[in-house]
Amino acid sequence: MSSLLLYGGHLIDPAAGVDGPADIVLKDGMVVEVAAPGKAKTPADEKLNLKGLIVAPGFIDLHVHLREPGQTHKESIATGTAAAAAGGFTSVCAMPNTRPVNDSPAVTRWMQDSERGAVVNVFPIAAATLGSQGEKLSDYQALRQAGAVALSDDGKPILDDHIMREALALAAKVGLTVIQHAEDTKVSGTHPMNEGITSFKLGLRGQPAASEWQMVERDVRLASQEGGRLHVAHVSTGKSLDMVRLGRASQVNVTAEVAPHHFLFTEEACSEYDTRYKMNPPLRSKADREAILRGIADGTVDAIATDHAPHALYEKEVEFDKAAFGITGLEVAVAASLTALVHEKLITLKRLVEMLSTNPAKIVGLKGRGTLAVGSVADVTIFDPKKRWTYDVEKTRSRSKNCPYGGMEFKGKVRATIVGGKVVFREL
Amino acid sequence: MKAKPRSLLAIESLDSRQILDILALARRMNPARPRTTLRGRRIALLFYENSTRTRTSFEIAAKSLGASTVVIHATTASIEKGESLKDTGRTLQSIVDAIVMRHPSSGAPMLLSRLIEIPIINAGDGMHAHPSQGLLDAFTILNHKKSLKGLKIVTIGDIFHSRVARSDAHLFSKLGARVVFCGPDVLLPNTATELAPGVEIVRDMETALKGADVVMMLRVQQERLQGMQINVDEYIRRYQLTASRLKLAKKDAIVMHPGPMIRGMEMTDEVADCKQSVVLEQVLNGVKVRMAILQTILGGRR
Repeated sequence: MSSLLLYGGHLIDPAAGVDGPADIVLKDGMVVEVAAPGKAKTPADEKLNLKGLIVAPGFIDLHVHLREPGQTHKESIATGTAAAAAGGFTSVCAMPNTRPVNDSPAVTRWMQDSERGAVVNVFPIAAATLGSQGEKLSDYQALRQAGAVALSDDGKPILDDHIMREALALAAKVGLTVIQHAEDTKVSGTHPMNEGITSFKLGLRGQPAASEWQMVERDVRLASQEGGRLHVAHVSTGKSLDMVRLGRASQVNVTAEVAPHHFLFTEEACSEYDTRYKMNPPLRSKADREAILRGIADGTVDAIATDHAPHALYEKEVEFDKAAFGITGLEVAVAASLTALVHEKLITLKRLVEMLSTNPAKIVGLKGRGTLAVGSVADVTIFDPKKRWTYDVEKTRSRSKNCPYGGMEFKGKVRATIVGGKVVFREL
Repeated sequence: MKAKPRSLLAIESLDSRQILDILALARRMNPARPRTTLRGRRIALLFYENSTRTRTSFEIAAKSLGASTVVIHATTASIEKGESLKDTGRTLQSIVDAIVMRHPSSGAPMLLSRLIEIPIINAGDGMHAHPSQGLLDAFTILNHKKSLKGLKIVTIGDIFHSRVARSDAHLFSKLGARVVFCGPDVLLPNTATELAPGVEIVRDMETALKGADVVMMLRVQQERLQGMQINVDEYIRRYQLTASRLKLAKKDAIVMHPGPMIRGMEMTDEVADCKQSVVLEQVLNGVKVRMAILQTILGGRR
């Protein structure tokens, strides 16, 4: 395999404590040298001039729906990972709500087979319970051996206290994180939007914020009793973050992710019954959005994850209460985060890299990733934090276009994505 | 002043001038004196939800203007077979000039209006809006009061599930009335005050009724409760309009109800049939107002 020199860029690698100009040599899928500018000694077959660009350990999306097996009319592993590459993600963690549900080592392995045509690393998250029915645990040990990096019934919560307790305990034993879609469906009614002023005006039934944070509260309590690692998916309410803070204050091993749409938009975006703003958890109140931004700024939020959820047009271009939940986001999450968080001076570039790479790698235990220290995997994300551009959803690499970002202008763009030393996306 | 509306989806998108124009035109409309202004125009009445009053009212209105109508129910073959709203709308678009639409999903007419070109008249969408009812309610009030400005209009009952309450509140607010909502917590969330300027909540029915010019009673929509528990005896005790409660309102107050009315629940027989009740007048006015709506939207365009 050939070697590649990345020179002239600014390296931000929080795990290695680096934030400055550096050259990097990638060889045989690994990082073999990190040197001061112009000082790299390892000979390289190819060179990339990265002047003015940021070089970061490959971004890891903890929350995507690749829809394969079973729903390839929405997305496939090939198309979803192509979108990921264009968006700067070198690794994606694929949720198990496929058809069949990924609750078995067979499906877990099938998803990772090179036949699928993945462009970036695919790390399956296996179902925490059989069929994600919330009744009987799946075989965590076997799933881990097959390559699953975490357990979740995403899309559905694990409602039963006893099952959640068992899941946390067994996952702790095999060393996997439990990722919870925190929603008490008995309270939320799985209604199409947030409960509040907008839902009343629109005559739509709403999910109360409490249906989320009460579940986070319970999960934190169970995790404090059982031990193990709890990761709260797509946090959308301020009080959910308070529960995470409370848990951490009492040494519970709990982490949290947020999706860009929850720090960009509020429930008011639903005012025209535009189903591109319908997702679960729903867009919340202005106060919740502000609380999420505070949580990002103060470090409560560990990771940014897209919850990329592709759907066909016919599943979205229907009555608001009948439309499928979810939006795509892989191609714009990094740009949206740069625009709304870094350029708004809420966080530094270093903190952004932590939320997109360092922390996600830790949360699901991806060894050799989330850093570009010598000896780590040659997964690299290269972006221009200042480039202005407008997203054209018609040109998406995803199979679906259910996304509100079309036509939005961003400041900051991914320019190259390198997976295992191979350039899989390049706009240089 | 805005142009004539292309579609009638909700009261929110109308300004007070457009509202008053429609009401003025309605005053000149009479189903007993049919017109031919919409002769040759074809109007589809697309009903995804059962309705007697509104459907009949629109149908008579259309025919009184010389238009031809076709009624399509959700139980109609293609819809029952799973045809999407988009495809049903597109199919109709090629054969009719306008669609009058009733749908159980809030926002369905807004969706359809983005997908097809012909005018859509919202005849009730979920819990969201019922603009023609709002207009006919305003028309009825104006038959008894000089203006809506400064009137105290009290709406009592199941406001949460009521598209009529929402459309009425928007309209009454635009025309300068005070809108007082009254009902139990589960049927009237506190956020309701944010619906439109001048909307307030008074939980106690006696207090709400004091000095009212208009009393609008609503039916408890049992079919939409979805597991909400309503104690009927308690409801009647607290929110039923009785003759003695009605005395708290102004002497010349009128009593309205968008129907269907459940006697013995939201109001007594005595109130339903009393002189102050204008419930039947609302029905006749409905035809006049719908004639004006159809004429406004379809008149003079080919």
